[in-house]
Amino acid sequence: MKRRDFLSALGASVGVLTLPNAFAQTAPGTNAAYKKLLILIELKGANDGLNTLVPYADPAYASLRPSVQIKRDQVLQLSDRFGLHPSLAPLMPMWQSGEMAALMGLGYPQPNLSHFRSIEIWDTASKSNEYLNEGWLARAFAQVAPPKSFLADGVAVGGGNLGPLTNGSRALSIASTEAFLRNARLADPHGRAYNKALQHILRLEGDARFAGNQLKPKTDWKTDFPNHSLGQQVKTAMQVVSASSGVAAVHIGLGSFDTHGGQLGTHQALLTQLAESITTIKRASEELGRWNDTLALTYCEFGRRAKENASGGTDHGTANVQFAFGGAVKGGLKGEYQSLTALTGDGNFIHTADFRSVYATVLNDWWGLPKDTTQSILGGTYPSLGFV
Amino acid sequence: MQSPPSPQASLLRYALWVVAAAIAWALIVSQVNAQAVSPAMGFDEARHLLGRTSFAAQPSEIADFAKLTRAQAVDRLLAETRRTVAYPAPLWATSYERIYRPEMSQEERQKAQRREQVERALELRAWWTAEMLSTPSPLTEKMTLFWHNHFATSQVKVRVAQLMYRQNVLLRQYALGNFGALLREISKDPAMLIYLDGAQNRKGMPNENFAREVMELFTLGEGNYGEQDIKEVARAFSGWSIDLDVGEFRFRRPQHDDGEKTIFGQRGRFNGDDVVTLLLKHEKTAEFIVGKLWLEFVSPQPNSAETRRLAKVFREGGYEIKPLLRAMLLSDEFWMPTHRAVLVKSPVELVIGSLRQFRFEVEDPAPFSVVMRQLGQDLFGPPNVKGWPGGETWLNTSTLLARKSFLNRLFRVDEMGSPELAGTTTALIDRDLMGERRQRAQTRLALNGGGSMAGESMMAAGANATPFGVNNQMKGQYHFDANKWFAQYPNESDSSLLWKTLLAGPPVQATELKYDLAGVRAIALDPMYQLK
Repeated sequence: MKRRDFLSALGASVGVLTLPNAFAQTAPGTNAAYKKLLILIELKGANDGLNTLVPYADPAYASLRPSVQIKRDQVLQLSDRFGLHPSLAPLMPMWQSGEMAALMGLGYPQPNLSHFRSIEIWDTASKSNEYLNEGWLARAFAQVAPPKSFLADGVAVGGGNLGPLTNGSRALSIASTEAFLRNARLADPHGRAYNKALQHILRLEGDARFAGNQLKPKTDWKTDFPNHSLGQQVKTAMQVVSASSGVAAVHIGLGSFDTHGGQLGTHQALLTQLAESITTIKRASEELGRWNDTLALTYCEFGRRAKENASGGTDHGTANVQFAFGGAVKGGLKGEYQSLTALTGDGNFIHTADFRSVYATVLNDWWGLPKDTTQSILGGTYPSLGFV
Repeated sequence: MQSPPSPQASLLRYALWVVAAAIAWALIVSQVNAQAVSPAMGFDEARHLLGRTSFAAQPSEIADFAKLTRAQAVDRLLAETRRTVAYPAPLWATSYERIYRPEMSQEERQKAQRREQVERALELRAWWTAEMLSTPSPLTEKMTLFWHNHFATSQVKVRVAQLMYRQNVLLRQYALGNFGALLREISKDPAMLIYLDGAQNRKGMPNENFAREVMELFTLGEGNYGEQDIKEVARAFSGWSIDLDVGEFRFRRPQHDDGEKTIFGQRGRFNGDDVVTLLLKHEKTAEFIVGKLWLEFVSPQPNSAETRRLAKVFREGGYEIKPLLRAMLLSDEFWMPTHRAVLVKSPVELVIGSLRQFRFEVEDPAPFSVVMRQLGQDLFGPPNVKGWPGGETWLNTSTLLARKSFLNRLFRVDEMGSPELAGTTTALIDRDLMGERRQRAQTRLALNGGGSMAGESMMAAGANATPFGVNNQMKGQYHFDANKWFAQYPNESDSSLLWKTLLAGPPVQATELKYDLAGVRAIALDPMYQLK
């Protein structure tokens, strides 16, 4: 059988598919504002916000957490009501210089307590009962595309999933710049895509080849990068930022925060890594002269249950606190901490701000996209949290 | 005005009716006959069936199957499946003992245990890799892997390698057996009881982890139960624990909450077994399992009508897996030409498939299990309880390049002599210990902690310890006999046989094919090679 016969055996209904829009750059013009960088830090498995930004003065805190508790004398005081987990001590200079904001009481109506569904909701900025295929950044980049000359719209570091970059955006996944460059020469985007899977592969080959030609890693860092998982991801991320024609967003992640049992030690170790990594982002960005153009944001699917469980841990919860860092960040406590006493019937917190307000702040205030564009990306109007 | 019908007209109408009936009958009979003597599949269909149900289809196997009808072929595949492994397990795996090491200090003991865990985890992966490379029953291994992904459990949290081994044996035993029985066994499986904190779930001190996932990920799917059901199911499973001295399930009655519960609107003093029964009665369970098998065997596009039809087959067959697979593999959808070459191979399928396809003689399978991990599929170490998401998510720029790098090296045999691959066992253990140390740093003070997503940090640590992709410095031994392999393809003038065997569809880039190593490498680097 000849190749042509095989093609007809595949069926006449399979036409030659065209390349997707994002590749063909159909968006209405590009936006120089994407020179401002967004670094998303996913706290995988859901971080316990209650023990991260501790409402130490509230008597309800000690009763919700008789043993999974940060003692009052260990808390790093930020105000007469709130303090940070002691592992976050390296962040205190940033707090004091107004480069760190705490975004409080974040959540969404009808919270879903499944990791997988809830992170999907956060990644796609959907409503609780709405299923969207594209990440919120992918939608943003489809509406207002980053410059075509950029290395990529976004880069997911660590080889994991693409999260908010999923579907549509020109997203790269890079585990290390060295391995990426070594292998990128094998990328070959030519050929015809007979079906969706091939289309996906050829697009990746194209993205990899383009990025492989652009990426020139910096070798003379003065910054030391911590020798743990997140620290090395920060290194790769900063390599990409320093050594390329540009990138709008970078995604890194740390885990697992899913502390159903023996929480205190795990949490302490993870927050230590987080704090070291964020200070490294600051140092490396300053070395590049980009700290004022950098916004680092933590996020995760939900917080943990108000009351501790019997295994010295916490189960899945709802409302949570996240943090923003950067030279241009308007520091301080933003929004309203959730009530520790007015809980839902199943013992969960009630959020005070919609998580999509965080994204609205990024899209409007950080990147300066028009209000109606932001509204169409997020499927609604959400007030700015005023952290940039 | 209408005149009454004449006798002639009535007769005519009758005659017409008879003729129509006869034609209809003839059509039915001819269809029945067509089914009775349905034709042999031919090469393309045989290649498609074997490509989906085995790791690699050899030309001789395709030729054998090509002579069968679809039904004969599927029946033969299902009849030939095994329930046990052929490759011998590591010696430690089949016995269970707790070594107390009283002569050591606390620190020495922990160090020894860590090293032992890492060594055994690697041996376990190597063992399963060897089994997949050599098994005469690839469908059994594919289904065992399917259930490993479904009832995802990770060595990173479980730590006791014997328990991971036992779970693997269990999954294989039921891989093509009865789903209900497998679900019942899994809910009492020690590795699962550790992984989803079931062993910590006690009366008055519930842990909801297993209760949530057994419904969300193992049976019903998200949205088919409420938060209250989770709390009640957790109560029902309270007291299901492990006897760590023997590594077996143990029901601890004093820790069981035997009060009344309301689950899916039904009241009763339910225990864990009762919950399994309720889950098996729930109609969403069959649909959920069928939906996942569909993505594995048929198409990345779900088909709700077919899912419901096959779910009915599954339920009415008492959750027997073989009749379900038979119905699925004989569905029209499975054979549609548009459904060929539309599924992305998993890292296991790519690596094991390539080694089997090209008949590599592998001396040490361990490095290949590390390659699979680097490509995103760490056996015994799924990223979290949802397992590997699979499909197109197997491929991003990072994993696609790592796949191509692996394949490129595989066929540089002639040029490079004994090619370097992924690592000696010692080097791998050292590297894993490094990752393990990081993991330990995170969980130092939390012996029971880590949670169901603990695997991710291990993966990330592993990926960073060695840059993604196939490593240069370490050697693995394997051998490819090109002359012997090419002898399978005697007719050099028919160049299509080569790619038609090796690829699920026509090559996208490798259009001018030669009968040599360069030609084979070109085929393996073609995007089509990533698909099944």
